[in-house]
Amino acid sequence: MRHDVELRVNGVRTTHTVESRQLLVHYLRETLGLTGTHVGCDTSNCGACTVLLDGVAVKSCTVFTAAADGGEVVTVEGLAVDGEMSPVQEGFRQCHGLQCGYCTPGMVVSATGLLLDNPQPTPEEVREGLEGNLCRCTGYQMIVESVLWAAEHGGPGEAARRVTGADAEVGTR
Amino acid sequence: MIPAAFDYLRAESLEHATALKAEQGEDAKFLAGGHSLIPLMKFRLAAPTALIDLSGLGELRTLEQTDGTLRLGAGLRYRDLELSSVVREQLPLLAAAVASVGDRQVRARGTIGGAVVHGDPAADVPAVLVALDATLLLRGPDGEREVAAQDFFVDFWETAAGPDDILLEIRVPALPGRGWGFQKFRQRSQDWATVGVAVQERADGARAVALVNMAAVPFRARAVEEALAAGDGVDAAAARAAEGGAPPSDLRADAAYRSHLAQVLTAKALRDAGAGR
Repeated sequence: MRHDVELRVNGVRTTHTVESRQLLVHYLRETLGLTGTHVGCDTSNCGACTVLLDGVAVKSCTVFTAAADGGEVVTVEGLAVDGEMSPVQEGFRQCHGLQCGYCTPGMVVSATGLLLDNPQPTPEEVREGLEGNLCRCTGYQMIVESVLWAAEHGGPGEAARRVTGADAEVGTR
Repeated sequence: MIPAAFDYLRAESLEHATALKAEQGEDAKFLAGGHSLIPLMKFRLAAPTALIDLSGLGELRTLEQTDGTLRLGAGLRYRDLELSSVVREQLPLLAAAVASVGDRQVRARGTIGGAVVHGDPAADVPAVLVALDATLLLRGPDGEREVAAQDFFVDFWETAAGPDDILLEIRVPALPGRGWGFQKFRQRSQDWATVGVAVQERADGARAVALVNMAAVPFRARAVEEALAAGDGVDAAAARAAEGGAPPSDLRADAAYRSHLAQVLTAKALRDAGAGR
């Protein structure tokens, strides 16, 4: 079965016809050519495919494109504003938060999502907040420092803040 | 990895979901957060011919409190429960367990109802609901019915929910201010529990104890509960935590080690819940 879907990706409206079984990560990489979002484990463990969906970090290898229809997606390509890196991206540069770089897009987007929820995390909260992102190079220490740097220098950044919908507490009646 | 082809169908209402299921037949499945089902489909351990997505149904994402009972919509995501001050205040055991599931991204998609219906004995929420004496409200072709959490889990990945049933709501007696404990052991932070244990003090002061991954279903440690009721101390009671269990042996741990963990973790969780004071 095929579906006409409409998403906003990095602020741009996109419409395509997709198969039911197409995963969001493949839509981003193969249909839109946004290859910054990586496929790692492909089983929702490693976090390399993390994107913001409606302002919340999710693993795009475990979301069907058709299920994300109508949604607002931000990938690592959408974090910079007018060519200027977001605070999280700049933090990874300043604190050398990467080595091979494979996990980095997911790590950066996941950290952005964490800072949207918790603008001033403790080192422990950063470690717990990034438990869904695996890095095989750094030993994590520099990544934690990068995220703490970002928290002190503007947090998640404008592009991410712009797409945060009302993710308020679930109402009680 | 790409799942086998299927038809994705978005339910617009519960009636629509039921009608779609009747139309699509027995090889169609309901989809909630997808964080158990989609990996299974990628591994081709599941190959439904159609997925009926329930995640757009607002009526499955409500959280109400009536007469001392919290009524949790089955479509609430872990993240919703984590962010809910009502859940944190009224059901701190559930709040703690939910916050320990998977990782932030998984909790942003996975639903409490999906975890229950999937029926994995290594999942935290089913054991917690057993310890909390929760009741599950199901909607099937013959109408709605209630099933106690204790009776819902039948075997590994097998529950009392029929293929056409939709889990609507989880009803849990609110227990603010009562002692509780939740302990789990895992090798890496985002892993499933090698063994976990949930302890909840009831209104009458008795403590319910349910274990994760100590049998094919959430394991109610009756021997521990009886020992406590008979006046045994925490360590003597916790020493009986594996009695009657049937823990699996796998790469993470063999059955004997799981039984050992069950005793150690139960003693910790009982103390956290205020036992032995």
